[in-house]
Amino acid sequence: MAVRERAIARPIELMRPPTSLWRDAWNRLLRNKMAVTGGTFVLILLFCAAFAPWVAPYHYKDTDFRNTRKPPSWEHIMGTDKLGRDVFSRIIWGTRVSIVVAIVGSLTSLVIGLTYGAISGYIGGRVDNLMMRFVDVMYAFPTLLFIILVMVVLGPGLMNVFIAIGIVAWMGIARLVRGQFLSLKEKEFTEAARMVGARDIRIITRHLLPNSIGPIIIAITLRIPHLILVEAVLSFIGLGVPPPFPSWGQMVSEGWRGMKATPHLTIFPGLAISLTMLAFNFLGDGLRDALDPLMRGTS
Amino acid sequence: MLKYIVRRTFWLIPVLLMVSLITFTAMKLVPGGPFTREKPLPPKIRANLEAKYHLDEPTWKQYLRYLWNLLHFDLGPSYKYYGRTINDVMFGGGWLKAPASVSAQLGLIAVLVAVGIGIPMGIISALKQNTWIDYIAMFISMLGVSIPNFVLGLLLIWIFAVKLGWLPVARWGSPSQVVLPAITLGTGGTAFIARLTRASMLEVIRQDYIRTARAKGLKERAVIVGHALKNSLIPVTTVLGPLMAAWMTGSFLVEHVFAIPGIGKFFITSVVDRDYTLIMGTIMFYAVFLAIMNILVDISYAFIDPRIRYE
Repeated sequence: MAVRERAIARPIELMRPPTSLWRDAWNRLLRNKMAVTGGTFVLILLFCAAFAPWVAPYHYKDTDFRNTRKPPSWEHIMGTDKLGRDVFSRIIWGTRVSIVVAIVGSLTSLVIGLTYGAISGYIGGRVDNLMMRFVDVMYAFPTLLFIILVMVVLGPGLMNVFIAIGIVAWMGIARLVRGQFLSLKEKEFTEAARMVGARDIRIITRHLLPNSIGPIIIAITLRIPHLILVEAVLSFIGLGVPPPFPSWGQMVSEGWRGMKATPHLTIFPGLAISLTMLAFNFLGDGLRDALDPLMRGTS
Repeated sequence: MLKYIVRRTFWLIPVLLMVSLITFTAMKLVPGGPFTREKPLPPKIRANLEAKYHLDEPTWKQYLRYLWNLLHFDLGPSYKYYGRTINDVMFGGGWLKAPASVSAQLGLIAVLVAVGIGIPMGIISALKQNTWIDYIAMFISMLGVSIPNFVLGLLLIWIFAVKLGWLPVARWGSPSQVVLPAITLGTGGTAFIARLTRASMLEVIRQDYIRTARAKGLKERAVIVGHALKNSLIPVTTVLGPLMAAWMTGSFLVEHVFAIPGIGKFFITSVVDRDYTLIMGTIMFYAVFLAIMNILVDISYAFIDPRIRYE
């Protein structure tokens, strides 16, 4: 088993051809129709976010005061808002917000959670106990209020919104990494590495970390819909992305007041948030199913 | 058992101290204060106001003063709602009408919906694994997990209140006004619990004791109800603690969308208004509620699974 686990980390060192467990997992993922659909949708989102100016038929700021609050038509497939801006184009531009929050939020929570969990799990003992009690304390805060508090402390600025969201989401990763490290550091291959004189930092980066990467990927992917949701909620309240740059939550909130006459202004951005979350959830679920057999027996 | 409960309750004290300390520190780092206006107050008035609320004292003294008052269940005066105390703002208005009570009622109903639908849905899904019933149930629950509740709430209002006119659009008080917000709040949890129950049930029915129960000739129904059900409920019980705490202390979004007079709004407005005592009050209330729920969950484990004992 230890040999196979090494193989995950460095396939090159393996004697037999690397039909590695990663490839098996990849194949399992491709067989999962829901995960493939979700993954494809995520790729489309990434594409839209990267090439928004070319994908969107109009600019998000383009106003047309002769055509305000128009229902969907051939010219504007999702209609226009109160300033005559094309809803479809604004949704395309809005993918940038959701993708950036997914990336920055994940990275922030990953950096904090990984460092914290790794230290806690690797040192163990009293330090570990104390550090985990602090995680318990962090869990006792109401998420939304705490995010807003952190946001206000960090000051205005779009990046700070994303970082605040990440700062509040690190505890799950920390617990996960700590659990992985606690069990992995007792394994024979870690002992063997220590025996030949590997230093702590090498054991952590070469042995413990690569073997925890699967569960971390799963946890991050399953966390992304939550990050996107929190941004949507903040923008819905009016504390997230400042207008005129479009965010889906902000569009829902702008459309809401006129829901009776112009439901399309609420429904399309709402649909965009829901579909994006659905896609990430399917992808995360598929990743877990694909990677889980690989992790079986290692933790 | 009693010893365990007492120990857990004592453990609450350092946790709550930490929570209050972190909040207090964060609050003091926030730029601006409750008396910061677009048009600045005359310095004299400002000084008087700050003296009245002890804001001119050093921070550590303010913190200790707050703790001392908290010990007497006094959450202090509100800076935003002039002349009212936080106790009054959150808990005033009688048993049924108090904002905290309204939030708790809505939250409890949503929890009952989530448990009442989610658990049976998960069990049926697990027992019919890989049939179309399972696929449909799991697809629906995936949708439920993915739709943000403010989007769902607006959609429900649009369909059932605006288009069909069956239910009232908003406000709180009559039973018909409970339906839409309860569904809105409960859907995500229902879906989550269904998925959790299914996963846990699938694991339990592969255990040896289930095979034994079947081998001794028990009917399938008796196997599931008598042997599998209770054990599969442990993970569900675990999430019920945080879930109840989050829902019963008020959901900002649902209360916002349906104009419900609960305490959910304070989770946002308190920070926006820099109403220091209200921020503290809301966070402390949430933390205490969460802690109590988690203790109750731990106690309930012992009833669900006799193998779990607390010494």
